[in-house]
Amino acid sequence: MILSFKMALRSIGANKLRAALTMLGIIIGVMALVVLVSLVSGATGTIGEAIAGLGSNLLTVTVTDDKGSPVRLSDLKSWVDSEPAVAAISPYASATLTGGRGTESDSFTVYGVTPDYYEISSQQLVIGRYLKNTDVDNASRVCVLDENTATEVIGYADCVGQEIRLGGVPYTVVGIIETEETLAARLLMTGLNAYVPYSALIRLSEDVGTNVTTFYIGPSEGYAVLDAEEAMKARLLERFREDENAFRISSQNLIEEAMNNVNSVLTILLGGIAAISLIVGGIGIMNIMLVTVTERTREIGIRKAIGASRGNILVQFLMEAVVLCMLGCALGIFTSWAILRVISVIIASTEMKLPLRTDVVLLSVAFCFLIGVIFGLYPANKAAKMKPIDALHYGG
Amino acid sequence: MIELRDVSKIYQIGEERVRALDHVNLHVYPHEFVSIIGPSGSGKSTLMNIIGCLDTADAGQYLLDGVPIEAYSEYELAQVRNRKIGFVFQSFNLIPKLSAEENVELPLIYQGVKRSERVRRVKEALEKVGLSQRAKHQPTELSGGQQQRVAIARALVTRPSLLLADEPTGNLDSRTSREIMEMFKELHSQGNTIVLITHDNDVAREAKRIIHILDGRLSEVKL
Repeated sequence: MILSFKMALRSIGANKLRAALTMLGIIIGVMALVVLVSLVSGATGTIGEAIAGLGSNLLTVTVTDDKGSPVRLSDLKSWVDSEPAVAAISPYASATLTGGRGTESDSFTVYGVTPDYYEISSQQLVIGRYLKNTDVDNASRVCVLDENTATEVIGYADCVGQEIRLGGVPYTVVGIIETEETLAARLLMTGLNAYVPYSALIRLSEDVGTNVTTFYIGPSEGYAVLDAEEAMKARLLERFREDENAFRISSQNLIEEAMNNVNSVLTILLGGIAAISLIVGGIGIMNIMLVTVTERTREIGIRKAIGASRGNILVQFLMEAVVLCMLGCALGIFTSWAILRVISVIIASTEMKLPLRTDVVLLSVAFCFLIGVIFGLYPANKAAKMKPIDALHYGG
Repeated sequence: MIELRDVSKIYQIGEERVRALDHVNLHVYPHEFVSIIGPSGSGKSTLMNIIGCLDTADAGQYLLDGVPIEAYSEYELAQVRNRKIGFVFQSFNLIPKLSAEENVELPLIYQGVKRSERVRRVKEALEKVGLSQRAKHQPTELSGGQQQRVAIARALVTRPSLLLADEPTGNLDSRTSREIMEMFKELHSQGNTIVLITHDNDVAREAKRIIHILDGRLSEVKL
């Protein structure tokens, strides 16, 4: 094996220019694959980070079957403390209640949450304070309104300390948050919104109990949404006796999902183009190997006469094709690395990261090997099949 | 050693059927030095190809060391060529890119001999043909006589039971030819079985036994 490897290197070395030209196809193919895929993943990674920076990377967990061990507020707290990937968990329940100021009465959407919700939903406080842990512990009758609701119900935004009724119970407004301006918020939450401690909502609505069925999760800084999702999934599987259907975790990040889709489509597209150029390179290798086999017919005859079996000849020429491919692959990876470095320096200001992706490198190595074998097999077999006398007398 | 029984080989050239070998019977015993002589087109190359297991007969039987060759698969034939037969060709047939010692080493590689053993045996074979000093040279850097001696070393290195030489002096001048023939004689005296094919009477006469071939038929020449 080592011997035939050395032999292959020698016969490639005997025809350097031809070998270099043949390898060019593979080199370009590998470069296309590695550079393009790295560029795409680098670009989408940067955009993804930018989206994550907007704070909309939250997870929603819905428990559909609690298996007799319902999730409580205290569970959520202990999960936050024990999972490094999870920064915040807030229960989430909503109820439609009538409410208003004085004698006026409107339909309110009242959300039962905990202080963590502020961080998860990336709400922005305008005046006053947000809900506090003590509010949750005491089921205090306090609420936070968004600016829009405050202006509609009370008449002005600066209304901290005012009292409103929710479901007939008086609540003190402790803070005002910005009205959400996202598309989803406009579509879904156009009415009057009030945020109250989860424990307070339990008393207001019959539909909301101490068993938390829906909660939101915010991943810690430095962790991806996926990390948090995996950590929580493991937790919940353990809790619900490995039943995947007992709960559902979904990411609300539509933009990120869309980006991922675009990313994977782009990767497949570019990978496909690269694969085509690699196949073209492989055909080049097959072409040259066929020429080599014809050129060396006499050598094949001599080798066969002194005892080379079909297998020996097959391995020799197959090895040559594979070595040619792998050399091209190595050169291609090296060039891509150089190109990526150069691009990184040029676009250093955009903070785009362009690492040489190991999976792409491994993929191209495997692909080149495969191409070497596939396109080397036919010429090598042609060589191996030659009859010793015909080969010996070839060209005198 | 070699036993040909009623061996025939027919070539189809266009419409014509050429009988290159016509019911040939031949017996070569161990440690014999036999030369087969005939003009070109007499079928001697065909005979050599069949004896050398490079080709198979159309009819008849060929026993090498008592084993019928027809029964062998392609792989086994390669094994036979590798272990039992050492070839020396008219045009030397060395591989141009390999040095003298690498050419000699090649059959041992195909035999799967260990590296240390290979090095020892290559050295031994090159010493036998007196070319130890030129081991690292490529065939193009060697004279015709030296190339043929490398080829003989390559044939000897596997210690074959049969040394098969096809016009070994055909491409050499008379002085070098004599040197090469001396070498064959010496190899014979060391106990090697040699079959030498030639069209040159002077060369053929060096052998202990001479066989004529004409139009695919053999006839023994008594000395």
